[in-house]
Amino acid sequence: MLDDLDRRILRFLQSDPAAPMAEVAERCQSQPATVARRLERLKVQGILRGQYAVIDWAVLGYAVEVSLRFTLDKTNAKAFDEFLTAAREIRQVIAIQTFLGRVDVRLSVIAKDMADYQKLYRNEILNLPHILELEALMHVATLKTAEALPL
Amino acid sequence: MTRWDDLDFALLRALSQDATQSAGSLGRFLSLSQPATWRRIKRLQEAGVLAGRRIDLDAEALGFGVTVFLGVKLATKGRVSLEDFERAVTAIPEVQTVQHVLGLYDYRLRVVARDISDFERVLRRRIMALPGVGDVEANVLLSEERVSGPL
Repeated sequence: MLDDLDRRILRFLQSDPAAPMAEVAERCQSQPATVARRLERLKVQGILRGQYAVIDWAVLGYAVEVSLRFTLDKTNAKAFDEFLTAAREIRQVIAIQTFLGRVDVRLSVIAKDMADYQKLYRNEILNLPHILELEALMHVATLKTAEALPL
Repeated sequence: MTRWDDLDFALLRALSQDATQSAGSLGRFLSLSQPATWRRIKRLQEAGVLAGRRIDLDAEALGFGVTVFLGVKLATKGRVSLEDFERAVTAIPEVQTVQHVLGLYDYRLRVVARDISDFERVLRRRIMALPGVGDVEANVLLSEERVSGPL
């Protein structure tokens, strides 16, 4: 399992993923070779799956972000699969999550402006299969997004 | 907003899958020279389209088996300032993201916990103790996929 050094490395990388190895080692009071070895092991174990770039959609002109929360008609056994397959086809969907609770599926969608959102909503979202209920939460501001684990 | 072309989008798509790729290997993939690729990445960074990186960790392997999304409604709007709530909620280590939304709820939180009883501790001791917190709805995350969106 993980020891203190692994935790320190992951904690630091969560706050500064692009940090050079030498800095990671220094901040974790270790040696670059040791850190490299630990990272390699974490990758092999599947704990560290990789690094991805965060895209700021607003800068690309997508000013509107909406969380759409769906309740599906579960009397149809294929409701989830068919809904998810159709949702993946919508270009302005940036995340798909399924839940246990009052909400079954949540889609994060982006649009250039309200007119664009309305078009997306009418032409694509409302055409998704097996929707029982649908509610929208419009994002005003994001206050924290580190998605860091409290290691 | 027309200053980004298909090559930029292809770069964003590749980097949002794996941010550790070098300009050289990305360039080979896109039939661009290494310096031209590097210049484009630099331009995307300077414009803020590339808004940093994130490491992708297997939360479950690290002992965080439960992710819950909470919809939080403030009970005493006006009396307790939003700032007080926001300051307190962003300081909770188990709270990974905080979004201010418009709609059925005021805030949307992503909370990570070791298991359901650990989640209960976070909910009771931390979330319910927040200043001004009212109605809370919880949905347990079952699956999550990031899609490349309109790129």
